[in-house]
Amino acid sequence: MIETYLPLIFMLVFAFAVAFIFMILSEWIGAKRTTPEKVTTYESGMVPRGTARERFSVKFYLVAMSFIVFDIEVIFMYPWAVSFNETGLAGLIGMIIFVIILLAGLIYEIRKGGLKWD
Amino acid sequence: MTINLEHYLILSVILFCFGIYGIITRKNAVMVLMGLELVLNSANINFVAFSRFGGLNIEGHVAAIFVIILAAAEAAVALAIILNIYQNYKHINVDEISNLKE
Amino acid sequence: MSLIDIAFYFFAILIIASAYIVVTSKNIMYSAFALLFTFFGVAGIYVLLNADFLAITQIVIYIGGILVLIIFGVMLTNRITGVDIKTGTMSKFQIWMTAILCVIAAIGLILIFTQTNWNTALSPTKASTIEDIGTLLLTDYLIGFEIASVLLLIAIIGAALIARRKTN
Repeated sequence: MIETYLPLIFMLVFAFAVAFIFMILSEWIGAKRTTPEKVTTYESGMVPRGTARERFSVKFYLVAMSFIVFDIEVIFMYPWAVSFNETGLAGLIGMIIFVIILLAGLIYEIRKGGLKWD
Repeated sequence: MTINLEHYLILSVILFCFGIYGIITRKNAVMVLMGLELVLNSANINFVAFSRFGGLNIEGHVAAIFVIILAAAEAAVALAIILNIYQNYKHINVDEISNLKE
Repeated sequence: MSLIDIAFYFFAILIIASAYIVVTSKNIMYSAFALLFTFFGVAGIYVLLNADFLAITQIVIYIGGILVLIIFGVMLTNRITGVDIKTGTMSKFQIWMTAILCVIAAIGLILIFTQTNWNTALSPTKASTIEDIGTLLLTDYLIGFEIASVLLLIAIIGAALIARRKTN
């Protein structure tokens, strides 16, 4: 089984090597003409304001936490889908109970206004 | 010399001791949580290594999945508690937090 | 040395070096990013142990979820803007005592692990473990599977309740 992953490992090593070599090369032989405009933080075209170390709103945390829970739900769904032929109806019922319990959490969060962004 | 069970066990011992060291020496609650994640990861390596070399088939993998789920739930609740502590105390130094309620 | 040996030592060194940075770095942001490499190395170890599904789970949940949560935790509890977040530490003596105790514990555990006569038998290798894990989860471990969903429900309700309390 490891052998099937060898191409992936080679690809990873190759990708890292290419990125690293190109960064070194551009640092080494590239021309450096710095202007004040160039050394400012890149913010996708916006003018940067404030510092990068500001405190963030707790709303970001709530969204990240909901994400992690439903991330786990998807992780569990994948092996269930692959083994559906073997588990059959019993597996389907088990999965439905699983999803319903997590759905209760989602409904609670929506009712509580956890996902509101204002 | 091929890689066998002992190699994985030694790796997990080293990771475990780093985690314990982090939990004991750090005062920042988030850092304590990071040490905890290291410990859980080392336990997971043990589960999977025994599952591979103990002839146990894949029962260890299921145990490791449950550990990962537990770590996720624990991180979500622990960070929520840390945020609440920060709002009350304006710091998250675990050695100075002694009250359950203000 | 075969390729698998080289891969094992590569991942082992990656894990140990980044775990060292996690527990010793003074800057908490460096620790968080070193943790990324630890998780990645553990995922590589899972692949070497023929646990492909676990490796994916490790990357998706640990790196994609838990690490993001931890970094949010760092950002949300940052005290002074514009200053690197330093984490408080104990006195030199206490740190050295802890380090010595940890090293003694590590040596003891390694001695136990190497002296034990493990009754090893290689598990049969399969092309993929996902189907077996799915079958096991929905038959033998069904109760644990459902209880995991209850745990997640409790976590989502508890975390939403605790984190929201003071903000609105």
